[in-house]
Amino acid sequence: MSAAAISDALEQVHVESHLHPEPTFDLEAHPVPTGREEVWRFTPLKRLRGLLEDVPSVETLEWKESLPAGVTLTRFSTEDAIALGGTAPFDRLGALAVKNAGGALVLDIPSDTEVDEPVRLLLHGTALDATVWGHLVVRIGTHSKATVVVEHSGSTTYNAFTTVLVGDGAHLDLVHVNDWADDAVHAEQINARVGRDATLRQFEFTLGGDLVRTSTNVDYAGPGGTAELFGLYFADAGQHFEHRLFVDHTAPKTVSNVVYKGALQGEKAHTVWVGNVLIRKVAEGIETYEENRNLILTEGCHADSIPNLEIETGEIAGAGHASAVGRFDDEQLFYLRSRGIEEKEARKLVVRGFFDDLIRKVTIPDLAEKLSGQVEEELKRHVLAELS
Amino acid sequence: MSTLEIKDLQVQVNTEDGPIEILKGVTLTINSGETHAIMGPNGSGKSTLAYSIAGHPRYEVTGGTVTLDGEDVLTMSVDERARAGLFLAMQYPVEVPGVSVSNFLRTAKTAIDGEAPKLRTWVKDVNGALEKMNLDTTFSQRSVNEGFSGGEKKRHEIAQLDLLDPKVAILDETDSGLDIDALKVVSDGVNRFRERDNKGVLLITHYTRILRYIQPDHVHVFVAGKVAESGGPELAEELEANGYDRFLKAVTAG
Repeated sequence: MSAAAISDALEQVHVESHLHPEPTFDLEAHPVPTGREEVWRFTPLKRLRGLLEDVPSVETLEWKESLPAGVTLTRFSTEDAIALGGTAPFDRLGALAVKNAGGALVLDIPSDTEVDEPVRLLLHGTALDATVWGHLVVRIGTHSKATVVVEHSGSTTYNAFTTVLVGDGAHLDLVHVNDWADDAVHAEQINARVGRDATLRQFEFTLGGDLVRTSTNVDYAGPGGTAELFGLYFADAGQHFEHRLFVDHTAPKTVSNVVYKGALQGEKAHTVWVGNVLIRKVAEGIETYEENRNLILTEGCHADSIPNLEIETGEIAGAGHASAVGRFDDEQLFYLRSRGIEEKEARKLVVRGFFDDLIRKVTIPDLAEKLSGQVEEELKRHVLAELS
Repeated sequence: MSTLEIKDLQVQVNTEDGPIEILKGVTLTINSGETHAIMGPNGSGKSTLAYSIAGHPRYEVTGGTVTLDGEDVLTMSVDERARAGLFLAMQYPVEVPGVSVSNFLRTAKTAIDGEAPKLRTWVKDVNGALEKMNLDTTFSQRSVNEGFSGGEKKRHEIAQLDLLDPKVAILDETDSGLDIDALKVVSDGVNRFRERDNKGVLLITHYTRILRYIQPDHVHVFVAGKVAESGGPELAEELEANGYDRFLKAVTAG
């Protein structure tokens, strides 16, 4: 499907969705939110530390990259980056990032290339006082296969717009690790377009930061595409982690599978998960499932979990969602403890088990190990500390 | 030689409408080498007895004592009771998603023995225990009780009994929901446990069926939160023939 054909398809089946304003790069079209809008009502705007203001900055994060042979990272002008394609920003944060980043970094994996080694981008924040704007494009050519890991760490106030372009028949594993210091603020919009018969598997692991708000928006450039969006978050006292997802089934026979799981501990830990799926009239034979589960580990935490499904055609293979917010299951703990397992160990087992299926999906061994280690560290900080 | 001694045990549950007394003074002594069957109609408090001994937080002990070899069980935490040598095979074993049977068994065994089992023999022991219960060795890779059939859950409980090797096993309606083949497998497992030295069994059941496979030394009829009558295996035969009517009437009359 050509770019023109996609925009035709989008125009013909124009859907009025109050959850998703028209995407555009035009900042004027994205007014400063009041905080009462549906897409902003969960976000503590004051804690965004000015990220909604149009203030240019030349600050950057420290970048370290590991690029296997054939993979390139090139600076593009904003215009040239936009011309590569993809959906424009849905909100003011995205538009501001593009406007103020002063150009984009384009990560290119050429066509017909299988990259065995993961591509790694390590982005480290070194200062809180200035805003950092980011604009990134991840592009994988037709019939290529690669894993891209973006790891965030350190202290910063960072807002990024990331375009992901998955070529026809390509397979991209895209991993975001948001392991910021406790004072970091991070907003990011990830707009992905999945090619014909292509697969995007995205992982988001949000483990640190004062406020993290990401929105991932996926649409399809042709039939047969698959988007699997997995996320794991662990929020401590005072942290606000918000993950917003929008899968726009713009082509027939496409598949989406969204699974996010979160644990919360400590006073005023707050997580938000919003999973929106739109099945357009053209999207016959699609299959979609979204799931969000939250495990509240201590008193004083709050998890919001909101799945939305808008269906414009009934000619689909399947659509479903599940959402749950629960506490430690006393019966599970009793069962484990009745086998001699101490309470601490029993709690560890339950939480590890809760995240197990997600961590197992990470095919990079050292990363999977690091993530389970971090889950353990998080547990030590609070839930287990209280018991000792 | 081990002894589980229950003396005048009184237990209540707290509900929205206030506390409800369930056990009204239960006295029982289970010596090692003995199998005691507790039989009673629904709602008589049989399961409450089992869960109270195991320390389930839902049940509040308001009087009486429970000791294992003289040690006060009631002051122990749930896991301490298990480490002291008590085991409860549950009627409704709980699902623990993401925790594999093999990980669960190893963690439990390590907790109970105070040291990790020797890797080489342990794998063999686990596979052996599962095979004896007609469970495939791939079973150990599944999440604990998740997606298990009713029969698989019960057989998994008895495999645990085999591996964890407690002093006293409390079996709460382990026979319920089992077809005859599964009942035989489970009963064989319990009988193998009984053949070991110094093991006590408290078998709680609604039906006499399982007693054809596991011969009790003592039978207690449990009605309205206490033992209404104790006797030998002949008491089970009487229940098989006449049901609980005689005992229920006695309680209503009293």
